[in-house]
Amino acid sequence: MYEFDWSSIPGALPLLAKGLMVTFEVTLTAIVVGIVWGTLLAVARLSSNKLVSFAAASYVNLFRSVPLVMVILWFYLIVPQLLRSVFGDALGDIRLASALIAFSLFEAAYYSEIIRAGIQSVARGQIAAGLALGMTYAQTMRLVVLPQAFRNMTPLLLTQAVILFQDTSLVYVIGLSDFFGTAYKVGDRDGRLVELLLFAGAIYFIISFAASQLVKRLQSRYAR
Amino acid sequence: MNYNWNWGVFLSETPSGGTTYLAWLFEGLQWTVMLSLSAWLIALLVGFVIGVLRTVPHRGWSTLATAYVEIFRNIPLLVQLFLWYFVMPELLPEAWGMAFKQSHPLTQQFLAAMVCLGLFTAARVAEQVRAGIESLPKGQWAAGQALGFTLPQIYRYVLVPMAARIVVPPLTSEFLNIFKNSAVATTIGLIELSRQAQQLVDYTAQPYEAFIAVTVLYLAINVVVMFLMRRLEQRTRVPGFIGGGQ
Repeated sequence: MYEFDWSSIPGALPLLAKGLMVTFEVTLTAIVVGIVWGTLLAVARLSSNKLVSFAAASYVNLFRSVPLVMVILWFYLIVPQLLRSVFGDALGDIRLASALIAFSLFEAAYYSEIIRAGIQSVARGQIAAGLALGMTYAQTMRLVVLPQAFRNMTPLLLTQAVILFQDTSLVYVIGLSDFFGTAYKVGDRDGRLVELLLFAGAIYFIISFAASQLVKRLQSRYAR
Repeated sequence: MNYNWNWGVFLSETPSGGTTYLAWLFEGLQWTVMLSLSAWLIALLVGFVIGVLRTVPHRGWSTLATAYVEIFRNIPLLVQLFLWYFVMPELLPEAWGMAFKQSHPLTQQFLAAMVCLGLFTAARVAEQVRAGIESLPKGQWAAGQALGFTLPQIYRYVLVPMAARIVVPPLTSEFLNIFKNSAVATTIGLIELSRQAQQLVDYTAQPYEAFIAVTVLYLAINVVVMFLMRRLEQRTRVPGFIGGGQ
């Protein structure tokens, strides 16, 4: 039978905490940029301008048909070259920059689908009312439609954030030391991979489970 | 940026000889498809069982099924894969663990990825099945009881056949997801599509051609799966019902 030895975890806690901060940094950046960019994409997709809506639809469909692993690898190929041609060789952590950009642009595609559904859930009469009051289309969107849409889709946006939090572990493929990457490295170094992987799984579970329970409670409050 | 495009690279011979890089890509495609289809089989079987158990009027079973769904949904796929690949063989009875570790590396990678992807997706399938069963009118249940069916019979003859048809549309997106998620197997070294993309980059130094080719192949898989599922949806549609679940 396998004999567990958890002794390498306490000493590694500061390192693991640092990794967890990277995980949160990627998650939060992708949420914020993803929602802003996703909103623009959603509005563009619903635009009456054929070209604009086609471009937005292509962006969303492309990102949604390609595995996240490939997206992360793609951006790790493109971003360093772009940054180097702009800033020269003096650069910070290219891996982190690539991951931040990849996750933001990738999540925007998923967020835009949620937001589009949210916008469409607002009664059409609301837009007509806004226009009748003499507002422009942009003003109607900003002041009338979007506030109501966001209220309707908050639970879905948060659920997507929990999925995103779990997906950030995939930065492993470009060797960025997020929480999971750090746990793996520590386990590999100490020959205690079994314990470290179980520990990492437990932490991810606790955070995601707690977050999704919170979302559920929020949802039932909104539903009332 | 100066980049020398060279699409001919796919036809050149690999260093190990005998084949071309194009053949590598197709090998990767085969592994991706094989892994996804076999995992999908597991996901459907386990997912239907768990989904049914979640709706059963029996505390113990439904709690067990809920626990399954929560565990598999709240741990990242990558972590689950590493748990199956690195941790499971250590925790199994020694003889089994040894047998696993002594098998061909490709067998180990494939088995771990298949079980992982299958059980992971099963949790999502279970949620759709549960939503499908819950969306059925209460009268269906009552009708089964009125006919003198036992609980297993009500599920077998009334609820599950209906739910199975209702969940086809939402399962389409899970089926698409399993192909995308199979790319995670690259992390344990299985030579599926995205692994081959990285290998091509290492061997040929033509990253853009390799990545574009693999991306196009993933898009093609998407289109084919969507086309097939559309046809299945048309054939299995129940008049008067729209797909359940989110």
